[in-house]
Amino acid sequence: MTAYIIRRLFATIPVMVVVALFVFLLLHLTPGDPAAIIAGDDATPVEIEGVRRRLGLDRPIWEQFGIYAWGLLQGDLGTSIFSNLPVTTLVAQRLEPTVVLALSTLLVAVICAIPLGVVAAWKARTFIDRIVMGFSVLGFAVPVFLVGYVLIYIFSIELRWLPVQGYRPLAQGIDQTFRSVVLPAVALGTTYMALIARITRASMLEVLSEDYIRTAHAKGVTTKSVLLRHALKNAAVPIVTVIGLGMAALISGVVITETVFNIPGLGRLTVDAILKRDYPIIQGLIIIFAGTKVLINLMIDISYTFFDPRIRY
Amino acid sequence: MTTPVLSVSNLTTSFLTEGVWRPVVRNVSFDVAPRETVAIVGESGSGKSVTALSIMRLVPEMNGKVEGKVVLAGTELTSLPEHRMKKIRGNEVAMIFQEPMTSLNPVLTIGFQIAEALIGHQGMSRREAEAETIRLLEKVRIPAAKSRFNEYPHRFSGGMRQRVMIAMALACKPKLLIADEPTTALDVTIQAQILDLIKVLQDEEGMSVLFITHDMGVVAEIADRTIVMFNGEQVEKGQTEDIFARPQHPYTRALLSAVPRLGSMEGHKRPMRFPVVDTKTGLSDVPTEVPDTVAAAERPVLEVSNLTTRFDIRSGLFSSVTGRVHAVENVSFSLLAGETLAVVGESGCGKSTTGRSILRLVEPNSGSVVVDGQDVIGMDQNALREARKRMQIIFQDPFASLNPRINVGQAIAEPLMAHRMCSAAEGRERVADLLRRVGLQPDMAVRYPHEFSGGQRQRICIARALSVGPKLIVADEAVSALDVSIKAQVINLMLDLQVSLRLAYLFISHDIAVVERVAHRVAVMYLGEIVEIGPREAVFGNPQHPYTRKLMSAVPIPDPARRGTKRGISNDEIRSPVRAPDYVPPVRQYREVSPGHMVQIWGPEWEEKAPAIVRAA
Repeated sequence: MTAYIIRRLFATIPVMVVVALFVFLLLHLTPGDPAAIIAGDDATPVEIEGVRRRLGLDRPIWEQFGIYAWGLLQGDLGTSIFSNLPVTTLVAQRLEPTVVLALSTLLVAVICAIPLGVVAAWKARTFIDRIVMGFSVLGFAVPVFLVGYVLIYIFSIELRWLPVQGYRPLAQGIDQTFRSVVLPAVALGTTYMALIARITRASMLEVLSEDYIRTAHAKGVTTKSVLLRHALKNAAVPIVTVIGLGMAALISGVVITETVFNIPGLGRLTVDAILKRDYPIIQGLIIIFAGTKVLINLMIDISYTFFDPRIRY
Repeated sequence: MTTPVLSVSNLTTSFLTEGVWRPVVRNVSFDVAPRETVAIVGESGSGKSVTALSIMRLVPEMNGKVEGKVVLAGTELTSLPEHRMKKIRGNEVAMIFQEPMTSLNPVLTIGFQIAEALIGHQGMSRREAEAETIRLLEKVRIPAAKSRFNEYPHRFSGGMRQRVMIAMALACKPKLLIADEPTTALDVTIQAQILDLIKVLQDEEGMSVLFITHDMGVVAEIADRTIVMFNGEQVEKGQTEDIFARPQHPYTRALLSAVPRLGSMEGHKRPMRFPVVDTKTGLSDVPTEVPDTVAAAERPVLEVSNLTTRFDIRSGLFSSVTGRVHAVENVSFSLLAGETLAVVGESGCGKSTTGRSILRLVEPNSGSVVVDGQDVIGMDQNALREARKRMQIIFQDPFASLNPRINVGQAIAEPLMAHRMCSAAEGRERVADLLRRVGLQPDMAVRYPHEFSGGQRQRICIARALSVGPKLIVADEAVSALDVSIKAQVINLMLDLQVSLRLAYLFISHDIAVVERVAHRVAVMYLGEIVEIGPREAVFGNPQHPYTRKLMSAVPIPDPARRGTKRGISNDEIRSPVRAPDYVPPVRQYREVSPGHMVQIWGPEWEEKAPAIVRAA
């Protein structure tokens, strides 16, 4: 078990090296002179030369990568071209809203989806099942921004229960944060809820036809216990896999949702950086997102061993 | 007569298929008296398992309905509300199932799974339930019960899992235990242990047992009374002795005549066909010994020498080799044209790996396999393809070994096409001919596998193997998954084909009674090695190796008059062929008992094995 975790940790190193290499080359693969791009549209040749020297772009390319990678190892993601602030500082400022939004989205999706999926599987091929599955098709089909605007219209503009836009940091009180994040979380969570509910139903249906479920019934175990204790834990592995994949996909969802709800998070930072062509920020964010994704995958793999004792690597 | 524990009358169970209620069990009526064992015997589709599930009311409510009366100790079950039925299941009537591998929940500890019923039905506290569970585990003779409480099912062997199932069933001291094919998936020595255990526990607990099985040998061993089911109806019931001695219904007679009996081949040198009994009239033909097919003067079709196949087990940080499965260890034998060599042994003994190594479906580590004069081991891919025309294999599961999307004509023609042996038109001709050969109609070629029964599919697999005109056929448990009467028919077919085509069969099987019937020679495998090999008459008539003897004594005899003397309950598990990576297998010596009958000289590990009799504490 420990050996497995260590081995998996080591396996993430080559992945991160490839990501770093790709991110580094991003600047060099874009058409044109990187120094000219960074210096801006109306820089003089002298200024461009200055940028080139300052950023070490006149050195051989492998040496540049060495310097870049060494910086990464020390937690240096570079410096923003426009604000002249370190990328790490910019990211740290925007981290909280995104993390809070992502986690609440996940929580909303999982808490709603798993019971829905379990009930749909239990009452398979009945009216209840059809309603749940119909809802999940809808959840897939409707885009995030549409759900977002509809929710804003109903709950913020008509009912005036919740703020229209913006984000209140945790420092101002958790209830304020909750109020500001609940609508974006629901909007963003709808798709994942639909996805997780479907996979829960499918996985549960498969498990419910297993011999050991018949054994549990023959023992006279209550229906609730059969569903939750005997079946759900067996059905967990595919569900956890999808939750993990969903977390990775959440990153793109966050960008849209933060724009709709005007939340100053990493998604907005990304959009702004792309519009301004602030390459160091873009590079830094790619590294962070990729690292997060690798970490999530690792956690999912490790969680399998918790759900299924037969999995030993 | 005392009041019965279970009284079933006019039980009819129907399933809703395509909008119509189709009865699969019709008008079944029987009683089970206190402490009595009643067997329901029948082949697949006879409705025996559905009868059991109907008593437990475990038939799916959506598309199944149970009619008639089921009275358990004075309570009528079919009309009971579900919440009261839940209190009866597992408490007053308990059930164990066929597949110990899949009947326990893999993600819950066995301790939890047993204790659950105690907490649910008896209102025990967690601590009381744990103590009682450990007592139950000891009762079913699980060694080191206390330390195994928190283990998961995958750490237990099949036999041990079935013990756990029994402990679970006995937890609430039920009045009736329903055992649905509880030993079918187990090896014969383990089957004997579990049957003994059920008998002993039945005495200790004073339960009644309803035993569902397809195996006449098991019925003869365990049942006081027997009910024979056929096509959803009970066709005969009575005292077990009477049914075996004087079967009334033609179907019962057919069933009994198809059952191979170990020891029935004494005095016969060659394999013998099974008698064919008409299930309607009960009339039987006289089984005949097959003509002599063995080409003793020719060079053997198959010569295997020093064949060794091992699998590495890797684990740890650097995936280093931490163990090695010695699946096949230094195995040598030869097989003549027209001869059947049976390889017998229990799970994990390496018999299937031997067959697969010969065809190089797995790569052996060393040794030589000479098929029709050519060494298969050193061949490159092209030569091997060519060689496979001469050797074919038939697998156990006829459902899994035919591609459901390919019609049987194409499936049979595929080897011909793969080897470019004929044109498409000739292929159709050959397929028609092969289908006739295996007792099917040529016009069936356009049908798909799901339209055929298990026995017919196995015939199709045989036709497919025969298409390239092989000299050697490896039959890997080829008849093990089939019902008794179908098994007899397929074996008769294989014997006929051997006569007409002079096929050499490597007949891999765990079923010793079948082997006695079909084999010219027998090899007994244990932990990857052949411990005894020789002419069938010599090995079965005069078994030498302790393992051969143990194996033979465990086979249930389908004759209630010869009901096995108590063997004493042993806990011996089948030993594992997994060894340390640095293990060097000992050099084995063989001793010739009679011409061609070789026995491995065994060490002290077999001497100390006096059957230990473990009694319940």
